[in-house]
Amino acid sequence: MIRFDNVHKRYSDGTHAVDGLDFEVEEGTTTVLVGPSGCGKTTTMKLVNRLEEPTDGTVYYDGTDVEALEATELRRRIGYVIQDIGLFDHMTVGENVATVPELKGWDADRTDERVDELLDLMGLPPGEYRERHPSDLSGGQRQRVGVARALAAGPDVMLMDEPFGALDPITREELQDEFIDIQREIDTTILFVTHDINEALKMGDRIAIMRDGKLVQYDTPTALLDEPKTKFVEEFVGPDRTLKRLRVLRVEEVMRPEVPDEYADIVDAFQGNDAVVADGGEIVPVAPTDSAQVALSRCIQAGVEALPVVEDSTVVGVVTESAIRNRQSEGA
Amino acid sequence: MLAAVSFLGELLSFAAENAGRLARLSYEHVAITLWTLAIALPVAVSLGVVISYYERAATVVLWVAGVLMTIPAIAFFGVLVPVLGIGNPPTIAALVAYAQLPVIRNTYIGLTQADDAAIEAGTGLGMTRLERLRRVRLPVALPVVMAGIRNAVVILVGLAAIGAFIGAGGLGDFIFYGISAGDTAMIVVTTVALSALALAFDYAFGVIEQWLRLRNGEEVDRAVLTRTLAAVHARLS
Repeated sequence: MIRFDNVHKRYSDGTHAVDGLDFEVEEGTTTVLVGPSGCGKTTTMKLVNRLEEPTDGTVYYDGTDVEALEATELRRRIGYVIQDIGLFDHMTVGENVATVPELKGWDADRTDERVDELLDLMGLPPGEYRERHPSDLSGGQRQRVGVARALAAGPDVMLMDEPFGALDPITREELQDEFIDIQREIDTTILFVTHDINEALKMGDRIAIMRDGKLVQYDTPTALLDEPKTKFVEEFVGPDRTLKRLRVLRVEEVMRPEVPDEYADIVDAFQGNDAVVADGGEIVPVAPTDSAQVALSRCIQAGVEALPVVEDSTVVGVVTESAIRNRQSEGA
Repeated sequence: MLAAVSFLGELLSFAAENAGRLARLSYEHVAITLWTLAIALPVAVSLGVVISYYERAATVVLWVAGVLMTIPAIAFFGVLVPVLGIGNPPTIAALVAYAQLPVIRNTYIGLTQADDAAIEAGTGLGMTRLERLRRVRLPVALPVVMAGIRNAVVILVGLAAIGAFIGAGGLGDFIFYGISAGDTAMIVVTTVALSALALAFDYAFGVIEQWLRLRNGEEVDRAVLTRTLAAVHARLS
């Protein structure tokens, strides 16, 4: 969807912000650019919507050299979310979200409908929020409006530059989780910039680690944790790689789709009640999309070796502590 | 005490006897002021927009507008009367010059006030430079521009009186006549009318400014008229 072909960006002061970048952001994926500050990740992102122009090399958008496209036209096809949010404070929430549809000349009915739909999606009921001004909202709500505004005209690509960076940890976590759900619904190609490796591991299907304008490693989160290619990546990922793997590993990847006899009592106990008191504590089931970390922590808390996996209130299998453990040692 | 009461009586009887002429002169005065605004505002606002893009021109333009303000009206007339004749045209031309500084300056300040992040987001979402001006920078600047206009209008109402010196009419007529005839009541009543006019303009433009701020979602202490208009608006919609 987006391809960088030997892209360089040098500034007149001599800074080599992007140094020979070669990689492709695949359609439908969330690709995270991550690295220490000053590594060129934001510049790389801005090369896509032409807020920056490469000094050498070519950036392709859907097969076309971006230089060959009209900058404003290109930008209207790309959603853009920044850390400082940049809402238009003089407009209402609804007017903010309507920005790109209006620039594109949609008719008023279609725009209104779309605005309401997006506010609903972002958990801001239109009846309550559409006519309010951004200054009335909390930081988290403001960034929700920022995301809604970027999604308004149904972009093929979203560029998100540390979108949750300025929020408090709790709100950040909340918005990350919500955005992961939204992302499944909208199926857009996302290029996401962050300096936080945990956020990268959580949000990304693919992660591009950058340093000094160069791509150091481009891999899936699991591959990155299993096989860091350089010392730098290893240090950047941190010494607790094994624990981080638990976070990217989903229950559905390690669960058993049937209930073996030895765990039947745990499942039975669970099915009797919503949460059953076992030896240690109550058994809280997990969902297939939960992380192995959640499953493991609930196992330990309840003092059991396995947990039922529940989807739409039916038991679809079990996940065992040993399965998680085995998977982890395979990786390491 | 008695003298004061009798002077007040004198003023009231002058005002009563000359109500019609005072109204006509006030009307002329307002007309001169409005004509001045009609010409001065497009010029000053455009200049303000242009210098918001060219930082270096800003210093020069604001300096020139500042210098214009220091030129005495009489000197202006000396230059303008031979070219434009007497009456309204040279008066309005001079007033247009005086209106420049407050309006250019406030337009410039207002336009540079928009949040950088909002400008970046606007650009990133695909607004052209003109669209950013129209959708983001101008709406944010408008209340500040209106404050400048309000400032200018008060100055204009006062200065317009001097136009009578070269036959422009307006309330200045009575002031000059009162001075030459030694008619104190005439001078005082006309001056009060002039001040009332200036205050009325000030209030009206103040209400417009508040309305613009409210529309932008800002918090303001509302004037009585703003509250009334808001109540009427709420009733109607």
